[in-house]
Amino acid sequence: MTDWIGTIIQGSLLGGLYALFAIGLSITYGVMRVVNIAHGDFIVLAAYLALIPISMLGVHPFAVILPVAIVMFGLGYLLQRVLLNRTIGPDILPPLLVTFGLSILIQNGLLEIFTADSQALQVGELSTASLTLSGGITIGVFPLIVFLVSLGLTWGISLLFNKTSVGMSLRATSDDPATAGLMGIRAKHVYALAMGLSFALVAVGGVLSGARTTFTPASGPASLLYAFEAVVIGGMGSLWGTFAGAVILGIAQAIGAEVNAGFGVLFGHLVFLAVLIFKPTGLFARTK
Amino acid sequence: MTTLLTTRNLEARYGDFQALFGIDMEVGAGDAVALIGSNGAGKSTLMKSLCGLIAVRPESIVLDGHSIGGLPSHEIVRRGIAMVPEGRKLFRSLSVEENLRIGAFAERKGPWTLERVFTLFPILKEKRALPGTSLSGGQQQMVAIGRALMSNPKLLLCDEISLGLSPAVIQDIYAALPSIRAEGLSVVIVEQDIDTAVRSAKHVYCLMHGRVSLHGASDAVTKQQISSAYFGLEEKGVPA
Repeated sequence: MTDWIGTIIQGSLLGGLYALFAIGLSITYGVMRVVNIAHGDFIVLAAYLALIPISMLGVHPFAVILPVAIVMFGLGYLLQRVLLNRTIGPDILPPLLVTFGLSILIQNGLLEIFTADSQALQVGELSTASLTLSGGITIGVFPLIVFLVSLGLTWGISLLFNKTSVGMSLRATSDDPATAGLMGIRAKHVYALAMGLSFALVAVGGVLSGARTTFTPASGPASLLYAFEAVVIGGMGSLWGTFAGAVILGIAQAIGAEVNAGFGVLFGHLVFLAVLIFKPTGLFARTK
Repeated sequence: MTTLLTTRNLEARYGDFQALFGIDMEVGAGDAVALIGSNGAGKSTLMKSLCGLIAVRPESIVLDGHSIGGLPSHEIVRRGIAMVPEGRKLFRSLSVEENLRIGAFAERKGPWTLERVFTLFPILKEKRALPGTSLSGGQQQMVAIGRALMSNPKLLLCDEISLGLSPAVIQDIYAALPSIRAEGLSVVIVEQDIDTAVRSAKHVYCLMHGRVSLHGASDAVTKQQISSAYFGLEEKGVPA
C-alpha cells in the first residue's frame, strides 16, 4: 500500500514537470488554435541555452532560469511576430508545416553545435536529497521543488488570464480576433505575447527538466508528446485542467514503470487513448 | 454643422465581387444618420468599411480631415469610430463587466465610463459578474452598445441593433439613444425597420445594389420616395 502511495506521489511530481510543458502548449493552442510542433524542441533549446552559462561560468541552474526565461520570451515573441503570424489563417496546415520545419532545424542545429552526447544540468546535492514522510515514503526534494514551481506558475498564469487587462486581451482575441480588433486590440501583438508566454514557461520547464534528467538534441519530440497528451487529458480551455491532465499523465507513467520498468511511457499513452475514446473533450474541459 | 465623416466615391469588394460602387455620404458632428436598404444592398459592407474590417482606398473615407480608409480596425477605433457589430459579438470568455471594460482598451478620454454605462443600462450593473453571452438578447445588445461607448467615440456605428429582439426591447434600446447622443457624438444606424430608422435619425441614406438610391433629411423624404428607393422602382435624390 505504502509503495503505491509513494508511486502516486512520485508520478504527481513528475506531472508537475509535464504541466510546465503542457501549459505553454495550452496557451498557444487556446489563443491561436495552432499547435506548435516544435514546442518540445524549444524545451530542449532552453536547456541548452542554460547549459552554456552553467558550463562556462559554473553557476547554479536555478540562477539561470530567469535569464533564460526572459530570452525565450523574447524569442517566442519575435518568432510569432516575424514568422508564425504569417502562417495563421483559415488553413491549419501552414503553421503545422512551418513549426515542423523549425523542429528539424532546431534538432539538427543543436546536433551540429552540441553533438549527440547527452547532457545534464548539475544541481549538486539537491539531485539526491530526499524527504522521508511518515509511513516510510521518501520523496525527492528536487522533484518537489519542480512541482511547487509548476504549481506556482500555473497559479500565476491563471491570475494573469483572469485578472489582468493582458489576460482580457488574450481571452477576447481567442474568442474572436476580428471583434477584438474593433476594441483596439492588435491580434498579431496578442498572439506574439501568447507565444512569448508559452516560451517563458517552456524555458523554466526546459531548465528544470534538464536538471532532473539528461537531454540530447533529439529529446524534444517526446516532451511535445507528453505536453500534448496532458492538454488532451485535461481538456481545452482550463489551465488547471491542463495541470491536472499533466499530473494524471505523470501518475500513469509512474504506475506503469512500477508494473514493469519498460511500461511507464506506455501506460501514459494508454490513459491518453482512453480519454480520447471515452471523453474526447478531456476530463476537465470547460463546457461552453 | 461641421462635417465629421465623409465618404467619397467609396468602393468595396470581397475578392472579385464588388459590393459598393462609389458611395458618397456625409455625417455631421452630432448628427444621426440612418442607413436603410434591402438585404444585400451593401449596408453592412459600408459599416465594415467605416470601421476597418474591409480594406478600401485611403482617401475614400475621411474622418476629421484625415484619410482613414483601409486602416486596420484597431487603429480606426483609436481615431474615434466605434462599432456595435451585427449579432452583438460579445466575447464569450468575458463577463459582462469585462466585455464593457475591454471597450475602453482603445484608450480614448471622454465622458463614458463603466459607471456611466451602468447608469444608462442599470440592469447590466446587476448582471456585471455573469458571462456576457448568458444574458438575454436585449441585454446583450445593451452590453454591445455600452462596450462601443466605452471607447468614447466621435462616431458610433450601430449595425442592425434590433435584429432578433422583441418590439418592446427594441423600444428600450432606442430609448437610450437620445441620452447617448446628448454627449454630442454622431451615430450611424443600420436598421431593417424603416419607421424606427427614420424616426431616430436626422438624415436618411438608402442603399440599393451598392449605390446610394436616396438621401435627405428624414423629415423631408416621403414614404413613397423611400419605397421607390428601397425597391428600385426609380432613383431619386432630394437635397439634404
